[in-house]
Amino acid sequence: MSRKFIPVFVLLIILAMVMAACGGQKAATPAASSGDSGVAQEPVIQTVEVVKTVVVTVEVPAAGAEQPAAPPAPTGYGAIVQRIKDRGKLICGGRTDLAGFGVLDANGRNVGFDIDLCRAIAAALLDDPEAVEVVAVSAAERGPALQNGEVDILSRNATWTSSRDAQWGNFTWIWFYDGQGFMVPAASGITSIEQLDGATICVTSGTTTELNLADAFRQRNLEFTPVTFEDTNTVYGTYQEGRCDAVTSDKSQLAALRSGFADPTAHTILDVTISKEPLTPAVPAGDDQWFDIVKVVIWGLINAEELGVTQANVADMGSSANIQVRRLLGTEGEWGQADLGLPVDAIAKAIQAVGNYGEIYDRHIGPDGLNIPRGPNSLWTEGGLIYAPSLQ
Amino acid sequence: MPLRASLFVTPEPLPMRSSQLGETPPFWRDERVLRIAAQLLSAALMILALYWAVDNVRTAAQQRGLSLGFAFLKESAGFPIGESDIPYDPSDSFAYAFWVGVVNTLKVAGIGVLFATLLGTLVGLARLSSNWLVSRIAVAFIEFHRNIPLLVLLLLWYRGVFTKLPRVQESIVWPGPIYLSQRGLYMAWPRLTSESAPFLVSAGVGVILAILVFAWLRRLRETSGRPTYFGAASLGVLVICLGAGWFLTGGNAFQADIPVLGGFNFKGGLHQTPEFAALLVGLVTYTAAFIAEVVRAGIQAVSRGQLEAARALGLDYSQLLGLVIMPQALRVIIPPLISQYLNLVKNSSLAIFIGYPELFFIGKTTINQAGRAVQVFVLIMVVYLAISLVTSLVLNLYNRRIQLVER
Repeated sequence: MSRKFIPVFVLLIILAMVMAACGGQKAATPAASSGDSGVAQEPVIQTVEVVKTVVVTVEVPAAGAEQPAAPPAPTGYGAIVQRIKDRGKLICGGRTDLAGFGVLDANGRNVGFDIDLCRAIAAALLDDPEAVEVVAVSAAERGPALQNGEVDILSRNATWTSSRDAQWGNFTWIWFYDGQGFMVPAASGITSIEQLDGATICVTSGTTTELNLADAFRQRNLEFTPVTFEDTNTVYGTYQEGRCDAVTSDKSQLAALRSGFADPTAHTILDVTISKEPLTPAVPAGDDQWFDIVKVVIWGLINAEELGVTQANVADMGSSANIQVRRLLGTEGEWGQADLGLPVDAIAKAIQAVGNYGEIYDRHIGPDGLNIPRGPNSLWTEGGLIYAPSLQ
Repeated sequence: MPLRASLFVTPEPLPMRSSQLGETPPFWRDERVLRIAAQLLSAALMILALYWAVDNVRTAAQQRGLSLGFAFLKESAGFPIGESDIPYDPSDSFAYAFWVGVVNTLKVAGIGVLFATLLGTLVGLARLSSNWLVSRIAVAFIEFHRNIPLLVLLLLWYRGVFTKLPRVQESIVWPGPIYLSQRGLYMAWPRLTSESAPFLVSAGVGVILAILVFAWLRRLRETSGRPTYFGAASLGVLVICLGAGWFLTGGNAFQADIPVLGGFNFKGGLHQTPEFAALLVGLVTYTAAFIAEVVRAGIQAVSRGQLEAARALGLDYSQLLGLVIMPQALRVIIPPLISQYLNLVKNSSLAIFIGYPELFFIGKTTINQAGRAVQVFVLIMVVYLAISLVTSLVLNLYNRRIQLVER
């Protein structure tokens, strides 16, 4: 009896595999459904076009008359933006375990310096700062998550480096200027990096921290033994146990995590900076419109602090005497909102949701939060490095 | 007895297949054709599915500007590695860093397999002991280690035991000197000097001679029946050769490398980190619990008559085990034992959570520093596959040798 059914079973299995194969194929290439043959036939040309178009798009606002003759948008332009709008929320790759930058508050809501940027973008694009889903990605996963487009934006204090820009995606605009430092127990009496010769140092794996540590010690002919973990909490837990003599990371991260120690005063952050760590939000490669939108929101928040627009007065500033303020908030003139698919008052909505750059800073890592002095993160008008092009 | 009438009646013809009657059925009903066609179709579908998967990866990589080549392995790695038995510097290539990971994995896997087998056999035999306390302790060990996830066990050993040892400045000191602290185990270790060559040569000669003597004397005992103390004799030969080597070098063959407490850590001597210790202990105890059950199954598979006959012959416990039970039990034990060894090798990849830089950990760091996820994962899979296939090949050869030859 059962032998007669074998051909029937084989037929059913074949049907199931065929349906799975066909269904999988459609889901795997949504954006390139029309351009599939195009991609396979001329991959090299596509890469060149992307580079070209970045230059062109930046210059379009200055010469609006050239718009009818603009080259056709490359495959992928606007794809991520459309995906976000269809989904109705922004997927933000961030942290949920770093005080001040990305953490869960008592009600389980994501808050932080990096998270507020995602909320500002969601307010500008989707008119809802709560339309943000924060996905916690580890240091080792953030590169692949961005490469595969699993997150729309990576706002996770990732350092901007040339190799990451080449491999992971596009880095937008520096959000926080930081440097790498060391934390040691106060009782050890160590004050300089030379005194750490022969020490055991805890560090998170897969980060620029690891590379800079090796370089710095090699440069100075010092020796050290690394103890590396993938999970940041394990790194600091092991340091507190005494397994390591020092721990190294960006100084902002050291300050943030020290605030969660049992006795923060028993640890000092050395007055040594061994690298530049420009923490920058990044977006997946291929969608220039999304790339520009993120940059423009950051510029808007920085310009708002420069021009004195705050969360409290943004409603009234729409009718300010300052032309630049009116243009920023969208009540007069254009700065490219139509090209980018943003509403005219996008920046006003963003400021209403989270405030300007200075307010975001003060709320999480300023005097009300971790109390990191602004230092290089002050506005350029006050001797810092925070500078953004005008929105016009 | 009268013949039955049915013998003279032609029986009804049995229902037969058309193929047995000599007529070929149509091909869409012919079983032989259908069988071949089904196999061809499944093979074609599998190849198609594989091709689609590879093509999907290639197209996706092209769309996102990712490269799929392996040339990145020659670039400088840049990241430090916590411990390695071969010299490593951050300026070495990714390929060399990967190799360091492979060596670390093999080290943990090799030592782990050895100790897990010993401990597992011991616990398995204890489980079968007639001593009530011994068998209950064995049961407790087995049930505890089988039912807790390995990752939890590893974290327990690492965070709960090895990093809770005293600080370096207050190490536990044992004669040797051996220092035990939360930074690891430091012990005095002999190091080879420039004059060690004659000693090594005579040690090598001694080992070869000892093996030859062992084999010859054992063959002699089996053929003649006379007791030749082949164990003691071969050991004696080895000791004589080692002694001769020591005498030749005038006692300068080795130099003691004693650990000395420097500013932060000990320098010198043999060093084992708490990460390695936690991984080894966790893996060994976890796998030993499973091996204990495999051993118990093997021993219980030997029929009780063997045990009773051996007892009747007057064999004591160790002779009973060594000569009667274990040779028969091994036939049942080896195949599941191979699986447990492979599990141990693969479980060593959990070292990423306790900071031991083995293959998987270094692979993930490479992905983050070099950005090539697909290639690195392919490499990791190939290495694990190679280790596992070699292990199971060697053990299956041994298994075939000890199989029962049945008619």
